[in-house]
Amino acid sequence: MEKGGEVIKLIGTHSSPFVLRVKIALNLKNVPFEFLIEYLPYKKTQLLLDSNPVHKKVPVLLHDGRAICESLIILEYIDETWASCGAPILPSDPYDRAIARFWAAYIDEKLFPPFRAILTTEGEEQKAKVGEVVAALEMLEEGFGKCNKGGKFFGGQTIGLVDLVLGSLVSWMSVMDGLAETQLLDPNKIPMLAAWAEDFCEVPAVKEVLPEIAKLVEVGKGIQARERAAAAAASSASVTAIGDPTVSS
Amino acid sequence: MAKEVKLLGFWASAYVVRVQIALNFKGIEYEYVEEDLKKKSELLLQSNPVYRQVPVLVHGGKPIPESMVILEYIEEAWPEKPLLPQDPYQRAMAPTFKNKIYRSRSSPFQCLPSGVKYFTTKGEDQLKAKEELVENLRILEGALQGNKFFAGETAGMVDIVAGWLPFWIRRMEGLFGDKVVEEDNLPHLNAWFQDYLSLPFVREKLPPPDKVCAHLRGLLASLEPN
Repeated sequence: MEKGGEVIKLIGTHSSPFVLRVKIALNLKNVPFEFLIEYLPYKKTQLLLDSNPVHKKVPVLLHDGRAICESLIILEYIDETWASCGAPILPSDPYDRAIARFWAAYIDEKLFPPFRAILTTEGEEQKAKVGEVVAALEMLEEGFGKCNKGGKFFGGQTIGLVDLVLGSLVSWMSVMDGLAETQLLDPNKIPMLAAWAEDFCEVPAVKEVLPEIAKLVEVGKGIQARERAAAAAASSASVTAIGDPTVSS
Repeated sequence: MAKEVKLLGFWASAYVVRVQIALNFKGIEYEYVEEDLKKKSELLLQSNPVYRQVPVLVHGGKPIPESMVILEYIEEAWPEKPLLPQDPYQRAMAPTFKNKIYRSRSSPFQCLPSGVKYFTTKGEDQLKAKEELVENLRILEGALQGNKFFAGETAGMVDIVAGWLPFWIRRMEGLFGDKVVEEDNLPHLNAWFQDYLSLPFVREKLPPPDKVCAHLRGLLASLEPN
């Protein structure tokens, strides 16, 4: 509970993995919060636009009258602000912290873009994206072996930054498996990560906030449908426009 | 006894230079190892098997790749002379801003890609690229909020992260006989360019401008179709 009695607020959606990782972190730290739902991409509330005028994206954490954006930054902020609650998200040793940040950035920059693109591509192009995701997961399998220090998680005995960053994608991996006929967490190819994913999802603070796969499937199908409609509109247009640089990937 | 610090780098890389600037600011002694990027050393390949790129900082035999990760490591391993504020919220705001300048997946500002576009295009395309770059830079102009540096009265982490901008933009302006950032269009940023580049701990680590221009000319020539 906050000293001023002010409730912490998290602006987000039910389906965003970036929001999920913050929810899990707050839950692990036993920090109660109010969840303010955005219905993206259809509508953005004034609160979101005021809190994150630069990127207009979720998640945004509202604490003590201030807005903190960008999930990785929010996670470090939570770790520092509620350092006395629960296990630390980042280790104390500067080198171990650097390695954790390295893998967190790797997941968001190398794994997530092709992962997201599984929803917006088809056929051979989709297969190529799946291939990129699998390659990234194999790299992470090696990374896990170096980070876990004998524990079940990247963070060792307890959930750490990399567990939160990758773990927030696990539910979506089931969705991608269904939509693209893959098995991303193949125990034959990446046995450590396959076991890690199960262990992660069993942690009570995680289990309580994991989204329902069925709902994610609906969101995924919605994204696919919008993509197909946009592609159809573009190809039937008599003048092909240059790609809109304001549309995010 | 202090552990040995080694930096694997390439002289023309802005990412390497920013690490050198941070090490210099903190007064950390290190051995600089110049890598031939066409023939990477075993040490580099072993130290950064994921990306196989410079910079890599090796501290006491332990490698840390990726310039942003290295900068945060330097800040934490050598906490004297801090580059980041002590308050968690202020610290949160600094990196949020750095994501606007650095290549971030979610950043719409993308100074780096628009800088690259400006460098690699000609004629109409280059004019468009310049407009886009200037628009991105306008955000930074606003972010200075009339301060001398992004960190306030003295330079900090965000200034070092953004520091590639003044150096490379001035070099490209020289190369193309053009003006991208000046008193008329971006006065605060123009002043910051000058102030940042004149800081002793920065100046000491910048590669020689002539060598950089020759390098850029070489790059441009290699981009010409045969």
